[in-house]
Amino acid sequence: MKDKEHNPKQLKLIDANGIRLDGRRYDELRPIKIEAGVLKKADGSAYIEWGNNRVLAAVYGPREAHPRHLQDPAKALVQCRYNMAPFSVTERKRPGPDRRSVEISKVISEAFASVVFAEQFPRTSVDIFIEVLQADAGTRCAGLTAASVALADAGIPMRDLVASCASGKIGGVVCLDLNKDEDNFGEADCPMAIVPRTGDVVLLQMDGHLTEEEFHSALDLSIKATKGIYQLQRQALLRRYATAAQEGEEPPRADIREPPSEVNDL
Amino acid sequence: MTEVISELMREHIQRLAASGTRTDGRAFDEPRKLVVEKNYIKTAEGSARVRLGNTDVLVGIKIDTGEPYPDTPNSGVLSTSAELIPMASPSFESGPPRPEAIELARVVDRGIRETKAVNMENMCIVPNEKVWVMFIDIHVLDYDGNLFDASSYGAVAALSCAKVPASKIGKEDYPLPLENWPVSVTSARIGDTIVVDPNLDEERIADARLTVTTDEKGDLRAMQKGLKGSFRLDEIRRIIETSQRVGRSIRETIRT
Amino acid sequence: MDESGPARRQVVIPGELLDGRGLKPGSGTYVEGDQIFAAHIGIRQEREGFVDVVPLSGRYIPRARDAVVGQVIDLGPSHWLTDINSPYPAPLHATESPWRVEFGDTERFLRVGDAIIAGVLSVDEAMHVQLTMADRQYGRLHGGQIIEIPHVRVPRVIGQRGTMIAMIRDFTRVEMFVGQNGRIWLDGSPTDVGHAVHAIHLIEERAPLVGLTDTVREYLVGAYGRGAAPPTGRN
Repeated sequence: MKDKEHNPKQLKLIDANGIRLDGRRYDELRPIKIEAGVLKKADGSAYIEWGNNRVLAAVYGPREAHPRHLQDPAKALVQCRYNMAPFSVTERKRPGPDRRSVEISKVISEAFASVVFAEQFPRTSVDIFIEVLQADAGTRCAGLTAASVALADAGIPMRDLVASCASGKIGGVVCLDLNKDEDNFGEADCPMAIVPRTGDVVLLQMDGHLTEEEFHSALDLSIKATKGIYQLQRQALLRRYATAAQEGEEPPRADIREPPSEVNDL
Repeated sequence: MTEVISELMREHIQRLAASGTRTDGRAFDEPRKLVVEKNYIKTAEGSARVRLGNTDVLVGIKIDTGEPYPDTPNSGVLSTSAELIPMASPSFESGPPRPEAIELARVVDRGIRETKAVNMENMCIVPNEKVWVMFIDIHVLDYDGNLFDASSYGAVAALSCAKVPASKIGKEDYPLPLENWPVSVTSARIGDTIVVDPNLDEERIADARLTVTTDEKGDLRAMQKGLKGSFRLDEIRRIIETSQRVGRSIRETIRT
Repeated sequence: MDESGPARRQVVIPGELLDGRGLKPGSGTYVEGDQIFAAHIGIRQEREGFVDVVPLSGRYIPRARDAVVGQVIDLGPSHWLTDINSPYPAPLHATESPWRVEFGDTERFLRVGDAIIAGVLSVDEAMHVQLTMADRQYGRLHGGQIIEIPHVRVPRVIGQRGTMIAMIRDFTRVEMFVGQNGRIWLDGSPTDVGHAVHAIHLIEERAPLVGLTDTVREYLVGAYGRGAAPPTGRN
């Protein structure tokens, strides 16, 4: 959601046949590609291309929470840091968090806090990093979608993945997945994130002007789209762990309490 | 996350070095595999993603019009900054740039500036009023040692495919002319052994580190010694010779 | 019951429904209503009336009686603080060491940077961990090297009833200790250790499989140009 701009050229964002400037219809997503396990150091990671968005997500955790006085004795802290690289936007963005990034970090942290089984890891933190490398509107949805995959890749226990998508209104028409021009010159934008299995909404924001009916249409469009997005997330994870399915039966953990070895140097 | 490396591993790496090998089987003067992907980011005027072994760095160039510095009214502006983003390593924290990030940016900047890789006089649009301002932003994605070289290769590669957005001043965009190709080669001293392109394990136990940036003729353009140990003069001479030699083959990779 | 048939061996992701068929919820699962779901990414496996999700990823969380390779990162007057590659700092109390340690004299026995083999004595509900070295198999490590693999691969490195690690030892004659926390200590001639490390990496990366054991054996036979020495279980 960018600050709405004055539309000097009176861009016609959607024509009489319902075709948008990039050729999509009102209910079409931009092309999405997701890859899991792309970084070596992080415990889990994922990379997403969503239209012209390119976003990297990484997870470290659970790890000891610092500073100590912020630790929760009952559960893990689930913290997300959303950041845009300086070269990710047309006008260079100065490095470091701005107010928009801080707000997005907060709402994404809260989205994940509701699905992660944090009580299993008291006094730790699960740190999620979302880095926007190239932006074209919808970066928080792309980031959240990738971060879900990164969390699963890191082995973090969760109720479910979280799938995210935005819808809005352009040229008076409720449309799915606005790109940058549409977000800038349209009438409303509404990012959301959902727990696919239960339908619980864990992130919801809106700005602009929508009637109640339009809002429900927008939400409906997004929810439908998240079904496909969830499959892409799932496929990315299955591809990453494809060889795991080929091995024979797992040795039980009890086997592995090693018989004392001949470490006679001690 | 602890940064303490165990004495056992320190001794192991030193033993390997004393017997002529490294943990990843490389020769002492052998850098890791270098992969350069140019034009990686469309919102940048130039960009490159560099993988040096498992170290992964993305560099973006942003070019826009702006005012010149008062003491160089006919010259464009070049500014380099580096972010050690927390996802790249458990030892990187969020927050304002640490000395390591600032040193990294300044050393990469020096190599480019001192080689006059970009002719800054040609970046002037209207003397005293309007010049091209170039930002080199180094974004470290995955840290496995030797950020100096990976970032420097990324910056030069990004500059080599950058386009000056002259359409902003009513002209046609044109490729940024790169007049020189500086190449930095970093060596580390482990005991009496000097190794090129230290990986993370080697960096963590190294006594001293020296980055040497050379141009096509092999002349020196920038140098930076790091870490708390020292170098003997003959070691410095050897490192310079290695940097010239290794630098030549790396230059070929970045050029293509 | 065919437990290793391809249809049964399935990668599941968090939130995926695990077909119960009268099975009880095992590790790595959670229950909602009367259905069992995967809690983390892993392999769905049925064992003794339970359905489990064997983890494919995740940090090492210590359990009592685990043997681990640790590294001393700090010390106090009556304990050493150890990093065991886990989110929880693991103190080793002087009373759990094989030595008589006077108060304040801990540095004489173990220093920051020392590598040790220790056992996990206890883990309480708030995840406070205590280590012990009060057993002959534990102690400080000298020489050799330590490599790290994801701890979820440790069962494969050891193998069913210890057969995989026995095979690696038989071929390479390398001294090895595999910590539950994914750290492995090895000592031997550089060539032999190199072969052992390579074999472990094959296991870590799930190298192209006929069966994992066959893949590793093939590599070791190729490296040593002979069949394995008669299996002894230990060197």
